[in-house]
Amino acid sequence: MSAATKGSGMTWVGRSIRRLEDPALVAGQGRFTADLPAAHWVRFVRSTIASGNIKRIGVPPNSNVITAADLASAKSIKPMLHKFNYVPVAQPILAADVVRFVGEVVAAAVAPSQEEAEDLADQVEIEIEPLTAVTDARRALLAGAPIIHPEAPANVIVEGRIKTPDFDATWASAHIRIKFEARSRRQNATPLEARAGHAAYDTATGRVTLTCTTQMPHLTRTAIADVLGMPESDLRVIAPDVGGGFGQKMSLPPEYVILVWLARRLRSSVAWTEDRRENLMAGFHSRDQVIALEGAFDKDAKLTALSADIVANIGAYSCFPTTCGVEPLMAMAELPGPYQVQAYECVSRGVLTHTCPMAPYRGVSRPVITFALERLMDKAAAKFGIDPVEIRRRNLIDRFPYKSATGLTFDEGSYRQTLEMAIEHIDLPAFRARQKQARAEGCHLGIGFSTFSERTGYGSPAFAARGMEITPGWENVEITMDPSGLVEARIGSSPHGQGLRTTLAQIIADEIGVEPRQIRVVHGDTDRAPYGWGTFASRSLVIAGGASLIAARKLRSKLIKIAGHMLEASAADIVLEGGMAKVSGTDRSVPIATMARQAYYQTHRFQGDIDPGLTEIGAYDPAGTFSNACHVAIVRVDIDTGHVAIEKFLAAEDAGRIINPMIADGQVHGGIAQGIGNALLEEIVYSDTGDILTSTLADYLPPTAREIPPIELHHMETYSDASITKAKGVGEGGAIGAPAAVINAINDALAPFNVSIDEIPATPRKIRAALRLAMEKRA
Amino acid sequence: MTDKVDITLNINGRNHAISVEPRRTLVDAIRENCGQTGTHIGCEHGVCGACTIIVNGDPVRSCLMFATQADGVPIRTVEGLAKGDTLHPLQRAFMEHHGLQCGFCTPGFLMLATAVLEREPDITDDELLDVLASNLCRCTGYQNIIKAVRAAAAEMRA
Repeated sequence: MSAATKGSGMTWVGRSIRRLEDPALVAGQGRFTADLPAAHWVRFVRSTIASGNIKRIGVPPNSNVITAADLASAKSIKPMLHKFNYVPVAQPILAADVVRFVGEVVAAAVAPSQEEAEDLADQVEIEIEPLTAVTDARRALLAGAPIIHPEAPANVIVEGRIKTPDFDATWASAHIRIKFEARSRRQNATPLEARAGHAAYDTATGRVTLTCTTQMPHLTRTAIADVLGMPESDLRVIAPDVGGGFGQKMSLPPEYVILVWLARRLRSSVAWTEDRRENLMAGFHSRDQVIALEGAFDKDAKLTALSADIVANIGAYSCFPTTCGVEPLMAMAELPGPYQVQAYECVSRGVLTHTCPMAPYRGVSRPVITFALERLMDKAAAKFGIDPVEIRRRNLIDRFPYKSATGLTFDEGSYRQTLEMAIEHIDLPAFRARQKQARAEGCHLGIGFSTFSERTGYGSPAFAARGMEITPGWENVEITMDPSGLVEARIGSSPHGQGLRTTLAQIIADEIGVEPRQIRVVHGDTDRAPYGWGTFASRSLVIAGGASLIAARKLRSKLIKIAGHMLEASAADIVLEGGMAKVSGTDRSVPIATMARQAYYQTHRFQGDIDPGLTEIGAYDPAGTFSNACHVAIVRVDIDTGHVAIEKFLAAEDAGRIINPMIADGQVHGGIAQGIGNALLEEIVYSDTGDILTSTLADYLPPTAREIPPIELHHMETYSDASITKAKGVGEGGAIGAPAAVINAINDALAPFNVSIDEIPATPRKIRAALRLAMEKRA
Repeated sequence: MTDKVDITLNINGRNHAISVEPRRTLVDAIRENCGQTGTHIGCEHGVCGACTIIVNGDPVRSCLMFATQADGVPIRTVEGLAKGDTLHPLQRAFMEHHGLQCGFCTPGFLMLATAVLEREPDITDDELLDVLASNLCRCTGYQNIIKAVRAAAAEMRA
């Protein structure tokens, strides 16, 4: 699997070549933000009170402590949606008069070292008059609940409503209806590298370079320049190696704004490295949702109508740039999932509370709505006395393009085929026999399925549908071949572990006939890369990959023209491969490197036919494409302890054309592991007064190698015209489908006890509580 | 601020004479005072294992030691794994089997696995799983880390 060789006629796309990113990373030569030295270090002083009025901030004399008064000229962070009754609320860079969650930044202590900054922070006295806090979204909706922002007196910041015209009639004609409540507790994406920023002032130019661990460098530049009222060109944002993001690093934290402000004020360098406690308290949360769901089925167990009331706890502020609408609105738009249900009504609200702000996290709402919908399908299957597989067979979409109840267009997929593929590999009859025998021996095995879609690679039209003032979506890629024949591709996406430098190089290599290792993909530097939106929402391979293909095709045409001149052949006869331009059917050829020199140094030879230089730009802004998959979990539940062991996890996945199978599998593995963590372990817990009780990794539990079973993957590749490379996104599906499969498996294992676990994470305590309740009822 | 003490950290065979506050953790000293930033800090409370290094032959969490405790003791970090341009079998295996994505936890896993395989070359797959469960990775779902370490173990035994 060396990247060094390629057989004739083979493509780079589709091959598991080694990643170009890895040599530096395995040698300890990666460059992460916290590796940079700085003249000054910051320790943020954070509120220990969830809700209150700031009465006094006491600062040691002659110390460098920044408070809201110093930052009076800075604007607040105030993202905007123009739809869905969105109420814009402002997040101050430093809390001025009131605090709204434990962890909110009140002051910044600046000192020559991290330790001294911590010492200084300890001496800052913040006096806060505590007020009653509300941390639970449904309590925040009750009359008389504490109000988080006066602009939103009912604490509702965004409210989406939908009701299809046929809903009432379909609802009334239902054979049966099934109603329940699904709940996801609050989670933290927990990238292994917490946040970090380093701002350095350049005295020669007056510019500031902010190096930070972000997924969206250009948007970070725009946002900070806007907030501080500085020319955007005076700010350079660099995302160096970034230690995972999963969405947590795609919103603007006020901390980075303060760093830039400080660098300009001190005319020096200033850095902050977040500690894990800060990250768990204030580094953005997600997935805190309750879905009251009711499904109507006809006599053939076909889902005919769906009714949902979604409450998303969005915390104390609205995240920039997506706004807090991202969770409730995506939940509303995509809840009907991959099932043929056309009658739908939904109310989805984002509710303010005195908790850490919500931001996107891998899958955004879809892990929760998939969990809810897949529980509904299993409950319905039980009611109809049919197998969970059978009810999915009857309901999955199978004609494309399919238009959903909410108007989404599903491109070609393999929803039923991946289900059948998964069942074939899991050997369902054998499992059922083993399960029966195990039950007789007091051992509780269960199997759970989830079939779902993963909307990926969507461009500006999809974001515009949400009424976003900032409407992301497109990507530009600039490809330059230098006079030596080496290639640089500058992209606006900002990968941080996805291997995009490798996969984009594979796409480009096939077009222009050089090896991937001769293509350097440049990203994460606003001075070097074209404006782009960053890496999130399973978009980069589809959109930056499509833009790369478009730019590479343009470069290919130009190279072919040059070769035609040099080889005195017709363009139609030129082939680019193995670093050479060849005239097919002859032995005439010229090295691409020689052509590159000509394109720069002998331009007079191509006068009137070919522009000088070798730079081409590709832009791509697709409508989006749906990946799909079926996940299967087999679990063993210890009914005495409530412990769940996952014996096996299998996924049959279709993400269109696979550019690099090794990398694609890695994405699915990682997503599934996070989904298993979400299903069983991970929960941010607040006390009633708004204290955070899970502020270490001994309390908030990402899974280890012991909790993640061997994951078996099977692929289908449906080529859809929705993506010009035929590749669909693959980043989030693992996380979307896994919680539902695991919880369905737990419920299958516990079927004899007549319990239903409808909450994630299903911790041992919750499973034991459900079992105890069932036993008491029975007694 | 407290008075600094003079110590010598021997990292990958090279002495670094440094002056640190007694409260400075070993990982901070390695990164800040000695400039060896390959060792990463993930939690600073001994859970994630990103800062795992080898001290006196043992894998340790360098966020849970003070620098002064390592005065004069041989320390190995990820920067010392390769011999010149020749990568360690574990480094090669991590690349070959896609045992890393963002790469932030990788140095910790590499040093953990190095120490354990040097001590117990014949470790069973199941025991190895227990060892690897000491560290956190958020990207890979551990599948390919396990595969890579098993492959390297086989190569190192051969």
